[in-house]
Amino acid sequence: MQITGAKDRPTKSSPASVDGNPRPLLRIEGLSKRFGSFMAVDRLSLDIHAGEFFALLGPSGCGKTTLLRLIAGFERPNAGRIVLDGVDLAPVPPYRRPVNMMFQSYALFPHLTVEANVAFGLKQEGLPRGEIAGRVADMLALVKLESLGTRKPNELSGGQRQRVALARCLVKRPRVLLLDEPLAALDKKLRDLTRFELMELQRQLGLTFVIVTHDQSEAMIVADRIGVMDRGRLMQVAAPDEIYERPGSRWVADFVGDINLFEGRVGDDRLSVEGTAAGRLRIAAPIGAEPRTPVWVAVRPERIRLSHDKPPNLENCLAGTIVEIGYLGDVSIYQVRIADGSRVKAAVANTDGNGGDSPQPADNVWLSFSPEAPIVLMR
Amino acid sequence: MKKQPRSLWQRFAISLPYAWLVAFFLVPFLIVLKISFSQGAIALPPYRPVLDLTAGWQGIERFFTGLSFDNYRLLGSDPLYLLSYVKSLEIAAFSTLMLLVIGYPIAYGMARTPRRLQAVLVVLVMLPFWTSFLIRIYAWMNILQRDGPLNELLMTLHIVREPPVWLATDTAIYIGIVYSYLPFMVLPLYAVLEKLDESLLEAAADLGCPRWKTFWLVTLPLSSPGVLAGVLLCFIPIVGEFVIPDLLGGSRAPMIGQTIWMEFFGNKDWPTASAVAIVLVCLLVTPIVVFQHQAMRGGERS
Ligand SMILES: Nc1ncnc2c1ncn2[C@@H]1O[C@H](COP(=O)(O)OP(=O)(O)O)[C@@H](O)[C@H]1O
Ligand SMILES: [Mg+2]
Repeated sequence: MQITGAKDRPTKSSPASVDGNPRPLLRIEGLSKRFGSFMAVDRLSLDIHAGEFFALLGPSGCGKTTLLRLIAGFERPNAGRIVLDGVDLAPVPPYRRPVNMMFQSYALFPHLTVEANVAFGLKQEGLPRGEIAGRVADMLALVKLESLGTRKPNELSGGQRQRVALARCLVKRPRVLLLDEPLAALDKKLRDLTRFELMELQRQLGLTFVIVTHDQSEAMIVADRIGVMDRGRLMQVAAPDEIYERPGSRWVADFVGDINLFEGRVGDDRLSVEGTAAGRLRIAAPIGAEPRTPVWVAVRPERIRLSHDKPPNLENCLAGTIVEIGYLGDVSIYQVRIADGSRVKAAVANTDGNGGDSPQPADNVWLSFSPEAPIVLMR
Repeated sequence: MKKQPRSLWQRFAISLPYAWLVAFFLVPFLIVLKISFSQGAIALPPYRPVLDLTAGWQGIERFFTGLSFDNYRLLGSDPLYLLSYVKSLEIAAFSTLMLLVIGYPIAYGMARTPRRLQAVLVVLVMLPFWTSFLIRIYAWMNILQRDGPLNELLMTLHIVREPPVWLATDTAIYIGIVYSYLPFMVLPLYAVLEKLDESLLEAAADLGCPRWKTFWLVTLPLSSPGVLAGVLLCFIPIVGEFVIPDLLGGSRAPMIGQTIWMEFFGNKDWPTASAVAIVLVCLLVTPIVVFQHQAMRGGERS
């Protein structure tokens, strides 16, 4: 074990440390990576627990791949440390780290067969031939490639290649498996299917997965916890429903799903926000800020009701004109222009077909939502 | 596979390489082949029979009955030729090996330097081509002289006490060949190594493979097309090399190029020279066929 100077520094506790799990499997502390003057990863701290399916979610170029490469050891951090099982990984070269990475390009060896690709990592461990053959066969069966063992990568479809790449990592039984956009190259149907297979595999093998994605629905579906990244920093780390229902900031609220934002000030009773474009908005739970503090009220489109008639109670409702309707099949997104000229989005489920009174463009409508719907954001 | 009707332009474009091969390889080859079956004569041209089409059918008949395998029998009976072939193949094989051992690290280093510098390095590798090949070999004659710069250097550095003889030895031939052919080994190797996907090396490391082992398991196998191209590009012309052994080598055991030259210009024995040349071509065609076969197999996979 290496003792580094960073060890004496007080460490910021992760925002989402799981109770009853004293030591995380992987601890990242104040990690930074600079390319020239550009901070690809910026003082990032994160704990990942054993058996977890963790998703790193963020827009393209926010440093997700760089973070994985730092963990795998292909990049050296400018600051901070990575601790796996209590061991500082700084002096450990990539080929000795008990983590494996599935590359976005898959990086399959083109001159080796599927079997040899999967066996590659086990051969490096110097295992007996018989054991290697057995484990490779088991793994190929697990990813349903047992009949393609003698093919070369360029004789496989994209989906099959993805499975080989996955099998090649999984067969090593890594402490942490890092997956860099593992589904990005697949078409939608295959992606949906593979997503569930990935979750199934993770549960079956009891491994720890860290998956990188820029697709928020993918992160929501597969992950136990999501870390939302922007410009090299973690904006929020939480369970998918929490990220969605209680985003920590406007940026997260806006990045994860659609959202309507209203700027205003906390009311004197702390149960309302005043001076928004929608007037005074009532909030169910007391706001944890002083009255008159500037805040934003965020409301998800699907929490907004849309009607031709004025709702009976006058709270949290506003009038507007439909400017655009986006039909998505299961739901329609109505863009409504309100009094101050801004637009509000409302998602309405298309449950009973197209009734005669469904709203049309240029209709004057009322938008309303319950006091439980809004999320109050300080930043 | 369905064949599309080809346009006139397409047919012309396709026929160009064939026309080139027929004009500059097949026709000269057939002429040399014909001469190799003839007998030497003090005449002009210095061999018999000569195809005389004015004599009609009889002329053709006389021509064909005049041909024989005598020259090839001569090649088998005189050890000079056999030794010459062996020496050529030996020098070609060893110098190609040396070129590979020297050229691979150079190409590898070039492919690993920052992109901006790579173009400069490629130009530097090709820089010797800016001077005539012959002049560069003359320069080597000067360098390798008994009182030349090389011996001067060795003496000043106290590596040798007596100036060694370089010229007219096989060592000089090897020096000249390795120096002259290095770009032909480096460039094809660089071309494949430069295209090698970095993430494959990272994947190998990720799977527990140290760097030196990654070289054997990933880099070397994936650069084999470049190795093959470089080896053929060097080996084949080195076998037939004439200028370098003639200027730098000794006269005791000639390489095959020198033997052909001797027969042609020294002995004026065109038929024997032709037979030697034909056997040489056959020897060299074999590796090309192997290469083609390999390339086809590789092509089927991708
Ligand atoms: N080797 C590198 N040299 C310079 N800049 C890099 C390098 N690798 C990544 N970057 C930059 O770092 C940023 C983050 O990249 P990356 O981690 O690949 O993002 P993501 O995977 O989230 O899309 C990008 O702006 C990228 O241009
Ligand atoms: Mg990326």
